[in-house]
Amino acid sequence: MEGKEMKKIAMYWGAGCGGCDVSLLSLHEKILDLLEEAEIVFWPCAMDFKYEDLEKMKDGSIDIAFYNGAIRTEENEEIAKLLRKKSKILVAYGSCATEGCVIGLANLYSREEIFDTVYLKNETTKNEDGIIPSSNDLHLPEFLPHLKTLEQVVKVDAFIPGCPPPKPVLENALEALLQGKTEFGKSVALCDECPRKDSKPEKIEINKFYRWHEKEDNGDCFLAQGIICMGPATRAGCEAECISANIPCTGCMGAVPKVREQGISMLSALASILGDMDEEKEKEIIESLQDVVGTFYKYATAKLLPEGRLKDES
Amino acid sequence: MSFEPKIVAFLCNWCAYAGADLAGTSRLQYPANIVPIRVMCSGRVDPEFILEAFRKGADGVFIGGCHPGDCHYVSGNYKARKRVEMMKKLLKEMGINPRRLRLEWVSATEGQKFADVVSQFVEEIKELGPSPWREKK
Repeated sequence: MEGKEMKKIAMYWGAGCGGCDVSLLSLHEKILDLLEEAEIVFWPCAMDFKYEDLEKMKDGSIDIAFYNGAIRTEENEEIAKLLRKKSKILVAYGSCATEGCVIGLANLYSREEIFDTVYLKNETTKNEDGIIPSSNDLHLPEFLPHLKTLEQVVKVDAFIPGCPPPKPVLENALEALLQGKTEFGKSVALCDECPRKDSKPEKIEINKFYRWHEKEDNGDCFLAQGIICMGPATRAGCEAECISANIPCTGCMGAVPKVREQGISMLSALASILGDMDEEKEKEIIESLQDVVGTFYKYATAKLLPEGRLKDES
Repeated sequence: MSFEPKIVAFLCNWCAYAGADLAGTSRLQYPANIVPIRVMCSGRVDPEFILEAFRKGADGVFIGGCHPGDCHYVSGNYKARKRVEMMKKLLKEMGINPRRLRLEWVSATEGQKFADVVSQFVEEIKELGPSPWREKK
C-alpha cells in the first residue's frame, strides 16, 4: 500500500509438524488485516523463496521473523542464525521453537537409537538389508545429537506459546508484536478460564490415577476425577480449547510466567492432592503413573534435558 | 584423589535440623560432605529445589523431616514423602539414579541416627560416583 510503511515479516519452518504454518491461517479473515500492515518477505512453506534470497537481505531489515519448529539439523541451526542476523525481532513461534515440544521427547534417546528405530527396528519397517539412506552426491544436513529450542541457539525476543498457537493467543500476540511489544499473553493458570472450574471441589483428593480413556467422564474438573490435567501449571490464553472438547490439558502453553518449571510444579501439586493413605498404597499409586517425563514434560523435555538423557552408571 | 561427593541436605527446623545440632553438640563424627539448608518443614522442599540442586551439580540430595505423625505442621512430612516418591520416578526417567535422593525421618533427639544416616548416604553416593549432571558441566 502506498504511503504506508509496511512491516516486513518472515516465517520459517524448522523441525516441526507444519501445524504452526497452518495455524497462521486459523486467523481466517483476520489474516487480511495482518496483510494490510505487513508484507511477507520470506515464508518458504507458502511461497517461493530461496535461502539465498534471505542471505541477500540487509542485516536487520526484517521487522519480525517468526521461527516455528525446533532445531534438529544443521540446516535448522544455520537458518536460525541467519534469521537472527537479518531481523529486528525474532519470535519463537509455537511450542517447538519455545520449549522443544513433543519432538523434544527425542532427547530421551540418542541419535543412534532414533536412527535404529526409524530405519531398522520399527515394527512397521521392513528393511532386511539394513539400508540407511545416504548419498555420495548430495550433502545432507547433519542430524544434531540433541534437539534444541530456538533460545538454546540464538537470542530470542519474544515467545508465542501453544501447539500450535491457538487463535486467541495468536491474535493477541500479533497485535502486540505489530505495535513493537515483545511481552504479551496472560499471566494466570488455565484453570482461570476453564469451563469446568465451577465443578472443582474445595479440596481435591486423588486416590487413584486414571488415564483419560479409562474412566467415563462425568463433566467435572478432571483432577477431581483422578485424571491428570496440566491446567493448574499451564499458562492461560487458549480459552481451554482442549477441555472444551472434553480432553484434559497436556500443557502445550508452557509454564505460567515467573514459574520456571511447569512439569515440576504440576508434579508437586499432584503429590499434594494425593489422599491420605499408608506408605504402601502411596507407593503403589505413584508407581502406577506411566511415563513421568512424557506426562509432565511433554512439551519441555528439550529444556529439561538439553544434552539428552543423563547416564548414571550402576 | 578419592571422590568427595557434594550433598545438599534440606533439614526441617523442628526435627532433622535439631537432630543435626544434637549430633554436633554430642561431638558425633560424620562426613563433612553435606551442605545443610534449614527449611521450616520438609513439606517446604519444593521438588524444584531438588532438581535445581542436581542441575547445579549436587551428587546427592538428602531431605530430613519429622517422623510420621510428628510434623510440626501436621502433614508437611507426608507431602514430602509423596513428592520425593514422585521425584524419584522423574529422576529415574531422566537418567539419574533415584538412590541419589533420600528422605529420612530424624527427630530432635536422634543425633546418633542423623550421624548414621548421613554417613551411610555419603558412602552410598561415593559408591555411585559423581552425578552425571555434574560431569556435563
